[in-house]
Amino acid sequence: MSTPEKPTLLSDDPLSVDPWQQLRNFTRARIALGRVGTSLPTREVLDFGMSHAMARDAVHTPLDAQALCDALVQHGFETLLVQSAAPDRSTYLLRPDLGRKLSNLCVDLLASLQSEECEIAFVIGDGLSSMAVSNHALAVMEQMRTLVPSQWRVGPVVVATQARVALSDEIGALLKARVVVMLIGERPGLSSPDSLGIYITYGPEVGRQDSERNCISNVRPEGLGYEAAARKTLWLVKEAMRLKLSGVGLKDESDVAEIALSDLPKLSD
Amino acid sequence: MEYRHTVGAQTYKFADLKDVLAKATPARSGDYLAGVAAETYAERMAARMCLADVPLPQFLIEAVIPYEQDEITRLILDSHDVTAFKEIGHLTVGGFRDWLLSDQADTATLRRVASGITPEMAAAVSKLMRNQDLILVARKCQVTTAFRNTIGLSGRLSVRLQPNHPTDDARGIAASMLDGLLYGSGDAVIGINPATDSIPALMDLYDLVDEVITQYGIPTQSCVLTHVTNQIQVMEKGAPVDLVFQSIAGTEKANQGFGINLGILQEAQEAALSLKRGTVGNNVMYFETGQGSALSANANFGVDQQTIEARAYAIARRFSPLLSNTVVGFIGPEYLYDGKQIIRAGLEDHFCGKLLGVPLGCDVCYTNHAEADQDDMDTLMTLLGAAGITFIMGIPGADDIMLNYQTTSFHDALYLRKVLGLRPAPEFEQWLKKMNIMDENGLVQPVTNAHSMLQNMPRNLLAA
Repeated sequence: MSTPEKPTLLSDDPLSVDPWQQLRNFTRARIALGRVGTSLPTREVLDFGMSHAMARDAVHTPLDAQALCDALVQHGFETLLVQSAAPDRSTYLLRPDLGRKLSNLCVDLLASLQSEECEIAFVIGDGLSSMAVSNHALAVMEQMRTLVPSQWRVGPVVVATQARVALSDEIGALLKARVVVMLIGERPGLSSPDSLGIYITYGPEVGRQDSERNCISNVRPEGLGYEAAARKTLWLVKEAMRLKLSGVGLKDESDVAEIALSDLPKLSD
Repeated sequence: MEYRHTVGAQTYKFADLKDVLAKATPARSGDYLAGVAAETYAERMAARMCLADVPLPQFLIEAVIPYEQDEITRLILDSHDVTAFKEIGHLTVGGFRDWLLSDQADTATLRRVASGITPEMAAAVSKLMRNQDLILVARKCQVTTAFRNTIGLSGRLSVRLQPNHPTDDARGIAASMLDGLLYGSGDAVIGINPATDSIPALMDLYDLVDEVITQYGIPTQSCVLTHVTNQIQVMEKGAPVDLVFQSIAGTEKANQGFGINLGILQEAQEAALSLKRGTVGNNVMYFETGQGSALSANANFGVDQQTIEARAYAIARRFSPLLSNTVVGFIGPEYLYDGKQIIRAGLEDHFCGKLLGVPLGCDVCYTNHAEADQDDMDTLMTLLGAAGITFIMGIPGADDIMLNYQTTSFHDALYLRKVLGLRPAPEFEQWLKKMNIMDENGLVQPVTNAHSMLQNMPRNLLAA
C-alpha cells in the first residue's frame, strides 16, 4: 500500500498489470493484457497492429509465382504457370467466382498440352495468403514427392495466381488427373498469417461441390508440420482412389490405418 | 402493382417488389455479386423514391419469395398480426419512416405494433433511413429477455464471453473465461465455438462451463455453438445445456444448407425448455445470422442480402430467443467490402431486429481480407451502443484464435460501458460487485493474487 506523502513507482504507473500471467501458458489467446483505466496498454495496441499488418500484407503481397516456379524447377519439378480469370487482387476479393475459373488464355494453354492421364496432379495457388505459399509450398512438395508411389504418373506442378480452391477442378480435369491436390494460402488470422491449406478432390471437374473435397488445414511449422501434412495428404489420396470419391464420404483415419498400394484400383478401372 | 419512377425525361422501371428493394439498397458488394444491385447512383435513388410510395399492405400481397415455395414466407405471413398492423396499415414505406421517427412512436407504441411488422417492411423502411435514423428508432425499441439474468433493459449492455481455443483445450478455454470474468464480461452468455463436433468432446465442454458457472455462482448461462442436432443429442445424454444455438438464414433453402428447418428448431427448443435450467426466465434459444449467408448457399432467389437477413429475424422472433447475434463482418469482402459497408449493415440489422421485437446483439467484426480495421470496429460498436445494442462479443484482445477473425474485446466492452454510462445485466452486476470486480460506480477494480477467483481456480487450471 502506498501513502499520499511517498507514492511508490507502482501507484504512479497508470498500467494495471493482471496477476494471472501464468494462465498465458495455456493459450495463445491475448489474455492478461493489463489495462490503463479500462483501455489497452500502448504496447498491446502496437502488438495487435503489427499482427494485423502482417495478415494484411499476407493477403495483398502478390505471389512471386515466377520465383516459385524457378525454385520448383531447380528441385526437379516440372511446372506450369497459370492465372485465374480474376485479373487483379481487388477483383479477386470481390468476385470469388472468377478466382474459380482459369483465364481463357490458360484454358487454351492447358488444353494444348493434350496431357496423358495421370494419377495425381498438384496445384499451388496463392489463395488469401501469398506468404503461406512462398514460405511452405516448396518444402511440402518435397515431402509429397518422397511419398508418391513411384509407379504413379504425376502431372506437372501448376502454380496458379488469384486462385480459389475450386480452380483446381478445372486444372485437374484438363490435366486428366484422377486426383488433384491443391496447396493454397488460407485466410490469414492474426496469429497465423502464413497458414497453408491442402485440398484433395477425386475426379476433378468443373462444378464439384466443396462437400466433395477433403481438407487439411493449418499447415506450417507451428501447426501441422510438412511431413505430417504430406503423409496425411497421400493417405487421403490413396483412400480416395480406393473409394473412388472424396469429401464427406471419405473420413480421415490416417492415424489408424495404412493403405496398401495393392488395394488400389488401377487407372484403367 | 407497377413499380416505376420518373425523374425529368427518364423513367426507371422495376420488375417487382424485390427488384425495387434490391435496387434501393445502399451499395454493397454482395448485392453486386448477386447481380441485383442498382447499376447507377440515380437508379438507386429512383428505386428509393419508388419504394417510398409503396403502401405497407402491398408487402402482405406480394411475397419476395413465393408462399408455396418457402416455409419462412409462410411463417411470416401466417403469423402476421392484423390487429397490431391496423395502427400502421394506412402508411406507405416513406410514411412509415416518418411515423417511426415521430415522438408519437414511443417505446410502448413500437412494442405494440412489432408483431404487425413483417421483415420485408422493416428492411424496406431501413433502406430509406440514414444511419442516425436507424440509431434513433432502434434506441426507442426495448426487447427484454431472461434466463439466469435479465437481458436488454434500458441503460444496460451485455457481453457474450467467447473463450474459444483452436483445439478446444480445456485449460485454454478456462483461462480465457477467467480473464473475461475478471474484466466484467459474460452476462449475455459464455459461448464457446468448438473446433470439434464429436459428442463426447462436446459433453466435456458443457461440463467445463457449467462447472465454472456453478463454482463461482455466476448468474449467467452457457452455450456451445455446435449444430442443433448435436445439441439435441447431448441433451438426451444429460449434458447441462442452458441455451440452444443455431445459425439461421432467411430462406428455407439456405436453412437446408445449414441442415435445419423450423421443425428441428422447435424440437430443440422443447428439449431445452424441458430441462428447466433458467431461474428468472425461459428464453432458451441463441441464434446467429449474417448478411450474405443465403447467397453463399446459392439460395437468395434474387432478393437483396439485407432483406433476406431481416427475414431470418422472423425465425428468431418465432422462438423467443434470449439472444440473437448478427455476425456482421465475418463473411468476407465479397458480401461487405469495407468498414463503411460493415458499419451500415450492422446498424440496419440491429434496427430491423429490434423493430421486429428480437433481442439483437452484434458481433462487430471483420476478416483480414476485408478493407476494415479496429478503428471501424470502434465506430460501429460506439454507434450500436448509442442505438441500445443488447450485447456485443468479448474476446481476449479482440483476436479469436480459433475462428481467425477480429471482433471486440473485454476492454472494448468496458470502454463502451464507460463512455455511454451503460451497465451489465442487473443480476450479473450484483455478482461483479460481490466479487469485488466492479465498484459501486461501475469501475473495474484492481485484482490481486489474493482474489478469491484466482485462489479458487477451476479444476482444469489447477490440474496443470
